Amino acid sequence: MLPPYASLPEKLWYYGFRVFCGLVLLFLVLPVLVIIPLSFNSDSILMYPMSGFSLRWYEEFFYSEVWTHALKNSLIVSPFATLLAMALGTPAAIGLTRIDFPGKALLMAVLISPMVVPVVIVGVATYLVFAPIGLSGSYLGLIMVHAALGVPFVVTTVCATLQGFDYNLVRAATSLGASPLTAFFRVTLPLVAPGVISGGLFAFGTSFDEVVVTLFLAGPQQTTLPRQMFAGIRENISPTIAAVATILTVISVLMLLTLEWLRGRNERLRTAVAE
Amino acid sequence: MIQLKSLNKLAAIAAALSVAGAAQAADLTVISFGGTNQKAQVKAYYEPFMRSTGIKIIPGEYNGEQAKIKAMVEAGNVSWDVVELESPEMARGCEEGLYEKLDYSKIGNKKDFLPAAVNECGIGFFVWSTVLAYNADKLKQAPTSWSDFWDMKKFPGKRGMRKGAKFTLEFALMADGVAPADVYKVLATKAGVDRAFKKLDQIKPHIQWWEAGAQPPQLLAAGDVVMSSAYNGRIATAQKEGRNLKIVWTGNIYDVESYGIPKGAAKREEAYKFLATLVKPENQVVFSGEIPYGPTNVKANPQISAAIAAELPTSASNIKTAVASNTMFWVEHGEDLEQRFNAWAAR
Amino acid sequence: MSEPIAETAAVPLKRLLQRAERMKKLRYGALIAPLAVFLLLTFLWPIAALLLKSVDNPEVAAALPQTVHQLSGWPGKELPHEGAYAALVSDLSLGKGSKTLAEAAKRLNMEEPGLRSLLMNTARKLPLASDAGPRESLVAMDERWGELCTWQLIARNASQKTDYYLLAALDLTRDASGEISRGEQGDSVFTEIFGRTIWMSFVVTVYCLLLGFPLAYLLASLSKRSSNLLMVFVLLPFWTSILVRVAAWIVLLQQGGLINHVLIALGITDEPLQLVFNRVGVYVAMVHILLPFMVLPLYSVMKGISPTYMRAAMSLGCPPFKSFWKVYFPMTVPGIAAGGLLVFILSMGYYITPALLGSPKEQMVSYFVAFYTNETTNWGMAAALSALLLAATLLLYVVYNRLVGSATNGAPQR
Repeated sequence: MLPPYASLPEKLWYYGFRVFCGLVLLFLVLPVLVIIPLSFNSDSILMYPMSGFSLRWYEEFFYSEVWTHALKNSLIVSPFATLLAMALGTPAAIGLTRIDFPGKALLMAVLISPMVVPVVIVGVATYLVFAPIGLSGSYLGLIMVHAALGVPFVVTTVCATLQGFDYNLVRAATSLGASPLTAFFRVTLPLVAPGVISGGLFAFGTSFDEVVVTLFLAGPQQTTLPRQMFAGIRENISPTIAAVATILTVISVLMLLTLEWLRGRNERLRTAVAE
Repeated sequence: MIQLKSLNKLAAIAAALSVAGAAQAADLTVISFGGTNQKAQVKAYYEPFMRSTGIKIIPGEYNGEQAKIKAMVEAGNVSWDVVELESPEMARGCEEGLYEKLDYSKIGNKKDFLPAAVNECGIGFFVWSTVLAYNADKLKQAPTSWSDFWDMKKFPGKRGMRKGAKFTLEFALMADGVAPADVYKVLATKAGVDRAFKKLDQIKPHIQWWEAGAQPPQLLAAGDVVMSSAYNGRIATAQKEGRNLKIVWTGNIYDVESYGIPKGAAKREEAYKFLATLVKPENQVVFSGEIPYGPTNVKANPQISAAIAAELPTSASNIKTAVASNTMFWVEHGEDLEQRFNAWAAR
Repeated sequence: MSEPIAETAAVPLKRLLQRAERMKKLRYGALIAPLAVFLLLTFLWPIAALLLKSVDNPEVAAALPQTVHQLSGWPGKELPHEGAYAALVSDLSLGKGSKTLAEAAKRLNMEEPGLRSLLMNTARKLPLASDAGPRESLVAMDERWGELCTWQLIARNASQKTDYYLLAALDLTRDASGEISRGEQGDSVFTEIFGRTIWMSFVVTVYCLLLGFPLAYLLASLSKRSSNLLMVFVLLPFWTSILVRVAAWIVLLQQGGLINHVLIALGITDEPLQLVFNRVGVYVAMVHILLPFMVLPLYSVMKGISPTYMRAAMSLGCPPFKSFWKVYFPMTVPGIAAGGLLVFILSMGYYITPALLGSPKEQMVSYFVAFYTNETTNWGMAAALSALLLAATLLLYVVYNRLVGSATNGAPQR
């Protein structure tokens, strides 16, 4: 806080700094918010000032076969990709935190690499290899690659959660007669769950927003929402795009809130365990 | 092991999904260039086809890239049944074995079609043209040729051009004074290509590149550009919507648009039925009414109203100063010129 | 443990422990294995296959097997002997109308425009009509068959592997005699594209740092409650779809967009400025998308710096700015390095944002990978560019991993 005896330059610096940060925050949030009102504009031009309130662009979205088809595909691909990433990433993260072996750092780097390798390369590479075995233009191929892109998030978040995890709890459970499986489901999983779920959310977010791999790998049957948006923005940003954008933003706000709630819960749980 | 169990479950679900994909085996996947062209096709061809055969069409769109088709054909896993093609891609793909050699007995009588529409691997179903279009609200004076397109003093403002070498180089040469009849002769030489790029350099900073055919009418209507190269049909559609856009036919380049069947497409018989639907004169009449592209079945001509006929690339006055796209030239030079163009544009 | 102690004592405890340790490793290793195998199949193998495509050169050898055989050991100083011509005639007649021949023609056309039609037309005109030898007839058909460089080109592509694509990706070519040289002026573009990719990534990183550092500092110095609230502002765009943000920036920055309205209303400009479909638009959107990746690592590092250091420095008489610069700032360097490298690495692979918000002059390496893959179906070139981009990315990633220490810190920071 600014002390009352602060000199003028100090005051200037203090407020200047805050105004600057405020502008940066505005820069971050404004674009996300600016498009929402336009989706309710009755006019077909995507510009302010708005001419009137209308839900016609939402109607257009839900009555257009192209968009509903894309929505349906997104709702098929992303959940399955997320589940696959969680099912593969969680055990791997548990294994990785429990044992040491030569080359572990390298393996870890490889497991995280889908996050940094340029997506275009992933798209072209999987497309050239998947096409000959019939996996391009299929849901399965798309789900698999999306899962691979989501895995790093699951591995890292679960690893991070496990770093504070006390394995004596599992030992206590087994020594009290619980089978390893029971111990996993009754002790480990509830404690790791927030990590798994937030990793899953990141994986879902990745897949739900993925365009580039989809561009290469998906056929017309597998067109996802972002892929359709990409085509739409390229040709003509219509207010329907704004409506889709609004729907997507609502979904991302929901994901963000879930994540924040999980984080809070995790912190509470941890402190409870520590006590 | 739990994760094995869940993996099994996932695999089962995934298998179910791919079966669900295969269950729609009766559908025909038709890939076109999208936009208003596709809308017109739906009305003129897709709907009559679905009515008469009961086969559902799954429409898809692309921008003419041959990579997906090549990968599918090489994999022997072709999920596109019929594909809309521009002539050079069709001819090149035909050489490379990407498309079925067509059996015309299943399509119609060859004698009814324009000679340019009858090809080994594709059946032409309309004649389209790339023209100079301008926004009459923004320009006080009407441009009349490609030289005017290059004249930044007389007609200030941005220009729209297709992001690609094809036709862009031809237009540049015409603007530089090459007669329409000589364009491909000049372009076949290294000096001619250099000349075209040099001419393009003159207006490069003022060009807004477009990729999809739907873009030029929007760019023109929004005032982002004052003149643009554009497909004549798209401009006509925009005119119908009340936009004050005009077409300059001088030095337009026309070509035949075709549909082909990728080699190994599963639903070949259905695909042939679709091709046969494309060349029926009554359907082509409907198509020309929806979007002013010329018919390839000569029997359609008498049924087209005079008002529409005047807007077609095939009308006598429009074709007078036109250049026919030289397919063989683009088959031969397409790849290296497109690469050179791309490198030039990125600089 | 139910067994009697006497029995276990027979086995040395050390070995028992070792065995237990081994069992544990196997058990937990089995947990890692499915993921490792999965990534191997869906990720590593495709990338390896793509990289191999950058040196793959099967076309000519497949289409002209006899010619290639005849040309092996040919010194390349003068036109090949009659046998090579005869072999070519035989290869071309066999391959007439085939896919293999078309692909070889396309492959040779890449290096020497015009060779496609030379091969295809020659094949079409076969078999030879006259009684003259194959050499004479071929040269009569097209004089290029009598030129040394045509044959050198075929001989150069006889091998199954080529460095053509990789060299081309570096703007280098082999001339007729096989020497590596710089390509023609008109063709050299990739050094510029790589330079541009690095430069644009650098600029984006610097902007992210300039905007992100103060923001992270503010977040770290506020109370937990208010910093959590402000953090939502950082995280909301982070979670919003990239396409939504791209669309939003187009709406904001276009000619009749909000920003131009404001600028005109403020009298800063009379005419709407071109803010999108050029470098400005791409920078703005990229900084917007990548800023959270800078703020979050910076924030976590700053959160760990006790404010007492600064207070101590100031109480010892060091002026505020100097104590910030000499005491606080050096401690944030790990955060700057981690955030900066992350932003830089991610920028290098950008495709969507430049494709939608930029002109051709803003396209980076990724765009060219996509271009060669889709539009000219030149997969060798796409693979070669991918290889170079991947090498640059992985190099930086290794540095990043070293810097950040354990890879877990590279996790999403929340």
